Amino acid sequence: MSDLTNLTIAEARDGLDAGDFSAVELTEKHIAAMEAARGLNAFITETPELALERAGQSDERRAAGKTAGSMDGIPVAVKDLFCTEGVLTTAASHILDGFTPPYESTVTQNLRDSGAVMLGKTNLDEFAMGSANITSHYGNVINPWKGDAGKDLVPGGSSGGSAAAVAARMALGAIGTDTGGSIRQPASFCGVVGMKPTYGRCSRWGTVAFASSLDQAGPMTRTVRDAAIMLGSMAGHDAKDSTSAPEGVPDFEAALSGDIRGLKVGIPNEYRIEGLSPEIDALWTQGVEWLKSAGAEIVDVSLPNTEHALPVYYIIAPAEASANLARYDGLRYGLRVPGDSLDEMYANTRSEGFGDEVVRRILIGTYVLSAGFYDAYYMKAQRVRRLISENFKKAFDDVDVLLTPTAPSAAFAIGEKMDDPIAMYMNDVFTVPASLAGLPGISVPSGLSSDGLPLGLQLIGKAFDEETVLRAAGVLETAADFKAMLNGEGS
Amino acid sequence: MSLDKETVKNIANLARIKVADEALEPLAGELSGILDWVEQLNAIDTDGVEPLASVVDVTLPRRTDVVDDGGCRDKVLANAPESEDGYFTVPKVVE
Repeated sequence: MSDLTNLTIAEARDGLDAGDFSAVELTEKHIAAMEAARGLNAFITETPELALERAGQSDERRAAGKTAGSMDGIPVAVKDLFCTEGVLTTAASHILDGFTPPYESTVTQNLRDSGAVMLGKTNLDEFAMGSANITSHYGNVINPWKGDAGKDLVPGGSSGGSAAAVAARMALGAIGTDTGGSIRQPASFCGVVGMKPTYGRCSRWGTVAFASSLDQAGPMTRTVRDAAIMLGSMAGHDAKDSTSAPEGVPDFEAALSGDIRGLKVGIPNEYRIEGLSPEIDALWTQGVEWLKSAGAEIVDVSLPNTEHALPVYYIIAPAEASANLARYDGLRYGLRVPGDSLDEMYANTRSEGFGDEVVRRILIGTYVLSAGFYDAYYMKAQRVRRLISENFKKAFDDVDVLLTPTAPSAAFAIGEKMDDPIAMYMNDVFTVPASLAGLPGISVPSGLSSDGLPLGLQLIGKAFDEETVLRAAGVLETAADFKAMLNGEGS
Repeated sequence: MSLDKETVKNIANLARIKVADEALEPLAGELSGILDWVEQLNAIDTDGVEPLASVVDVTLPRRTDVVDDGGCRDKVLANAPESEDGYFTVPKVVE
């Protein structure tokens, strides 16, 4: 493994500025790493020619003293849920076979505008529906970390390819999307930093929609500083997305002062769920101690509706998905399976094009939205969603951030938890509440399990206060000193 | 809520997804399991609580009512599995 793939984004940026290496060299090393690690199946589509072309343009800009932005020349991977102009976009679904968008999503356009170099499109759970990256039409992604006896582990999901690509040094950073935990949980499983910003911080325009009131793009990187840099490039108001917030983009990197003296950190009692693994509980306690030693004030808080977040999510997300996925009709793009009538063509296309988990969620969504059940399920879920959101607002009257575990376990073996959808849904028990409330959350790799696998801690902040979340995350990162993968080796 | 095969068949039809007859029973079991689980919400008192449809507190922005897009028929059609003379084609719908 070459040195250039071990750099952080911040180091690579400084190295490029100092002329220590070129964007083309940096990109070539990452293309080689991407090819060498194909066994992990982290990418659906590799775009090496495009990457080298854009890296060349970056070098020209830098030579002319006209760097585009904070990511100029930085090779990144893009979850294959973002439409990318002229590059196959699949959402890991058979139903989008051959779909080549004639336009670029706002988030990837923003990254391009800041000079980032796209290496390729990463694998994911089909339509981002999953927590283990085992529902992709393009096959499972394998976690670069190995369990006991070298067993293949899941990378988490749905942004599993992005997490694996960053952990295995194939990209300096990657974009993910998070609907109920799809950035934070795989970040925890793969030992990287993953941030879901506030809902509305990043435009959803050009992102394949799963659950529109929850979907949010965010960065996956190896350090908190890199997440801050990358988020700064991705974020911003976009007139093309009416839910995009008309907020200015702060200098997130400048928020990393390292000083959290007097910061009030809330510990939500209800996250101490029954059966929480003792080692995750111990890591959480350790996290509290770290922040306390850095001068934070620890406050116990209560989020009484926490246990209801998952059932609310599994009404709202499938309901929105069933509406969003109605667009796959075999007419306008992707797969078409012929039929004798229009209805039969729809049904043939959709049954062949969607995988089992996607079908399950579309059917649940269709059912809860259907006449006679709408009030009992969907409206009920929306009412409880408000209670959950209000619980957070009340907690944030007293504290600045919340500290919780990211996921209830470390990465598990491929094949586990597959027979019971609800057991799989439990992966997101700590991440879904903040998603429902639209709040920013970050997972910071903070320790190793007894099997030597990475475990993350999550910080949740107030809406549009990513700066405080990042600042606390930076302190947590320093204290945890998580170096296992930063030295380029798995367990 | 326990879903029977007929209900699953009906919602699959509403969603325009074809489910093979032998798959209906197991699917009904899975979906019933999920619905049973989410029904724990019924125990929560939500009287007087307004549904939360969006966490964004802003009113939808307005823009000037002018044409600002269009004229890209070929791009729109570029990904169509079948098109003809500048149109999407569908199986015959009128006898």
